[in-house]
Amino acid sequence: MDQLFALAVTVPLAVAAAISALRPLFDQRRWLLDLAAIVTAASVVVMLAMIMARVTGGDQVYWFAGFRPARGIAIGIDFEAGSLSAGLATLGAVLVTAAMTFSWRYFERVATYYHALMLIFLAGMTGFCLTGDIFDLFVWFELMGVAAYALTAYRPEERGPLQGALNFAITNSIGAYLSLSGIALVYGGSGALNMAQIGAWTTRHPGSRLVVVAFLLILAGLLVKAAIVPFHFWLADAHAVAPTPVCVLFSGVMVELGLYGIARVYWSMFSGALGHQYGLSRLLLVLGVVTAVVGAAYSFRERHLKRLLAFSTISHSGIFLAAIGVLNPLGLTGAAVYVAGHALVKAALFLCTGIVLHRLGTVDEVRLHGRGRRLRVTGLVYVVAGLGLADLPPVATFLAEGWTDAAMPGWAVVILLGCAVLTGGTVLRAGLGVFYGVGDPPTRQAPRQAQETAEETGETDTGRQITPLTMIIPAAALTCAAIAVGCLGFTGLGPAVEAAAVRFQDQGTYIATVLHSARISHPVAPFPASPADVTAVSVATGLAVAAGSATIALLTLYRRRLPLRIRPWPRAVAILEGFQSGVINDYVAWLVLGMACLGGLIALIVR
Amino acid sequence: MQIFPFIVVVWIVGIGLYGMVTSRHLVHQIICLIVVQSSTYVLLLGVGYVTGGAAPYFFDIPLHTRAVDPVVQALALTDVVVEAAVTALLLSFAIQAHKRFGTLDPQELASLRG
Amino acid sequence: MTPPVRRWVFLVGAAGLAAFYLFGLSGLPGFGHYPGPYGFILNRVAVPQTNATGVVSAVNFEYRGFDTVGEEFILFAAVAGMAVVLRHLRGEHEGRQPLDEASDRDLPPTSDAARMVALLFTGPIVLIGWWLVSHAQASPSGGFQGGVVIATGFVLLYLSGEFRVFHRLGPADVAAAVEAVGAGGFVGTGLAAVAMNLPYLKNFLPLGTVPGAVSSSGTIALISFFVGLEVAAAFILVVGELLKQTLLVRGKKR
Repeated sequence: MDQLFALAVTVPLAVAAAISALRPLFDQRRWLLDLAAIVTAASVVVMLAMIMARVTGGDQVYWFAGFRPARGIAIGIDFEAGSLSAGLATLGAVLVTAAMTFSWRYFERVATYYHALMLIFLAGMTGFCLTGDIFDLFVWFELMGVAAYALTAYRPEERGPLQGALNFAITNSIGAYLSLSGIALVYGGSGALNMAQIGAWTTRHPGSRLVVVAFLLILAGLLVKAAIVPFHFWLADAHAVAPTPVCVLFSGVMVELGLYGIARVYWSMFSGALGHQYGLSRLLLVLGVVTAVVGAAYSFRERHLKRLLAFSTISHSGIFLAAIGVLNPLGLTGAAVYVAGHALVKAALFLCTGIVLHRLGTVDEVRLHGRGRRLRVTGLVYVVAGLGLADLPPVATFLAEGWTDAAMPGWAVVILLGCAVLTGGTVLRAGLGVFYGVGDPPTRQAPRQAQETAEETGETDTGRQITPLTMIIPAAALTCAAIAVGCLGFTGLGPAVEAAAVRFQDQGTYIATVLHSARISHPVAPFPASPADVTAVSVATGLAVAAGSATIALLTLYRRRLPLRIRPWPRAVAILEGFQSGVINDYVAWLVLGMACLGGLIALIVR
Repeated sequence: MQIFPFIVVVWIVGIGLYGMVTSRHLVHQIICLIVVQSSTYVLLLGVGYVTGGAAPYFFDIPLHTRAVDPVVQALALTDVVVEAAVTALLLSFAIQAHKRFGTLDPQELASLRG
Repeated sequence: MTPPVRRWVFLVGAAGLAAFYLFGLSGLPGFGHYPGPYGFILNRVAVPQTNATGVVSAVNFEYRGFDTVGEEFILFAAVAGMAVVLRHLRGEHEGRQPLDEASDRDLPPTSDAARMVALLFTGPIVLIGWWLVSHAQASPSGGFQGGVVIATGFVLLYLSGEFRVFHRLGPADVAAAVEAVGAGGFVGTGLAAVAMNLPYLKNFLPLGTVPGAVSSSGTIALISFFVGLEVAAAFILVVGELLKQTLLVRGKKR
């Protein structure tokens, strides 16, 4: 029923408050606390799945406190759910459930704070996906951010988490304040905070100065959250030091929420006004490609298991942005399915890394070489998930790769496939090396990376003899889910998601649905939709990428037996490493420069 | 003077970010973050101002008096309180960082970590 | 980057960003010429619809109440985060005396005058804070403002002398529980509306007859009360956590 919209966000908040108020009850009963959190997260999954089922025929709108719009003016806050928003929210809730199951009992806990913060994070994610009001979007964005800062610094007895959390907090906060400035700007022009109403206003003032600047400013916070170059520096620092279940959420869903925000803000508020879509789409495409390349390159150099996964997230975030940036339904379809597939396999990879940390006490790929042989099931899940990251059919990522490739120009496809091969190869290298002892044991390692990995000593009581079921089952289940979603591709997933994408991109339908309670059954997006089906080409591409990744992994593992020795140019490497310096001042400087460049480019494009 | 408050907004953002980029002390950087957020308050309140408007409290003025926009005031008001708590959170990171690293210089924090 | 390079990178970027920002701001209608319609409509309908003469509070707790739920939980999460980060770690134990960073200086005892003034003012300040919390619907006040004022009353206790008094009269456990009750109460008020099959946060309590009276405006007054509780408890916790740090004596190894 309708009230599910409100309940999906407020139930986790209420439970978080309740468990904090009833802290003495949980002091001796850790299992009760875990159970409460898992049950709450699971119930949110159910609620969102029900919402997703209800909105397949058309978006649903829910007005809070009963203030419905009149004459095209909204005075209350609304939730507006379509299939894509509800689907992303469901994905987030699924990952939270998996993360809470993983942290059952063994995860070091501090009173009730961890569980409360995770539930608050869940509520923030759900609210962010479902909301139709731009200031409400900002509020949930901030809520996610603050819960994330707190969770990143969860183990303050080590240095890394504090520095990571500080870099994360300061850069994301600046992004958030720039977004708020954009919101204030667009409010000053339109006098509305409802996205549909603002969209109607901006369409009446296309290309005005205020609209262009407000668009980029609102995008600032979302670009920082999505870790797009040059706003990406915080992600590796934060991921490397956050506890594993938290990393699952960051990589799986939080970064993707930034991208969703960009798509949502553009399509519901600015698509009518910024009609120069060719220039804007090229800009987003180039940004995405650059991010993908940077992420893949840094990922390849890493030996810290979590950091290499973090950089691969940056790379994939770039791919998603490129797919969204082409601004047509096929690209958005590809991005949506890619986000789902990537989230599931990346979460599984992080959970396996967490198991390694729990059993073996370190995340250094060099020190772990061959030591994971006892972790048979974990190793299997890791390698399968890694192949899934490398677009192997039938994991859902191959479908998405096919659709995004069909939507983008050729040069972008080539570069992005290369990035996918490189990141997949890195993950496979790590998996094969750690769990199967493939390749020659590495001898040397860059001192900086050795230092970083030495700090990660463990977030649970380590050195246990068996892997707890509550840790391995979520990882395996997520991987199976990724395969299941991929198999759905053969039974009509593509056209269904594309219909949702077309509806998402039709601003007129959005405004009518929200402000005038219209029910439009055939939305029409600005670009015609090319069919999203599974072709032999996409299967072949997926297989090729997976094969390429495996090749790269094996080449790297056996590189000392190769006749040719590729030595990276030390000067270039030093410069590249210098960018990821860890100094917050640098990150802010790059953020400002990046904003200035983007501002200049957008102003030129739209003029 | 129609754009003067907005020039002030840009100035505040600029000096806040400048302070952050050239800072050598973490607490100073966090305070610069507060400065950057203050610019959003000025912008919000400036955008909602109505010349000659009264405050939107109608307990002693007649009901249809022209008043300024209450929405931006509500937004700014909750933001101020929330920002204080978030700043407290960041400062707690700084406190613990000082205990672990022995220094609050961001340059040294990065180099100590390796 | 070296500091000079960084400064130049920043200045170039800042110049560009400032120019861009001003470019956009120049498209605004101008200071004092708010175009509406949101503010004007609310000013017109808020009093008849909610019987609250303080329109800003009505906006905060009624029209945009759902935003305020989110903001309140940001506060909650920030305080929870502080408790996580500043918790007692291995190797730290609470000393008897506050750690004096400059032990060669003579610390003057708190003067009687300061102590008396602080004690005299604590009660009235808490009372004023309470007055602010309960009059959200009438005047420029509300849960947020009142809560902060109540918390400062408790901080005065610290200024009046011992940290221990502050700690005893505003213990962390009680404050944490009160904070959770405040946050939960706000969310719960909305859920109560849902239980009655109304939209979330719909005003379901009687609106009273006189606009701006203390008993008017239905759930606005109730929500303001919960918010006041939560904000007061949150800031007592924040200050308590920060002050507790001065009592911690670090163990020998870092």
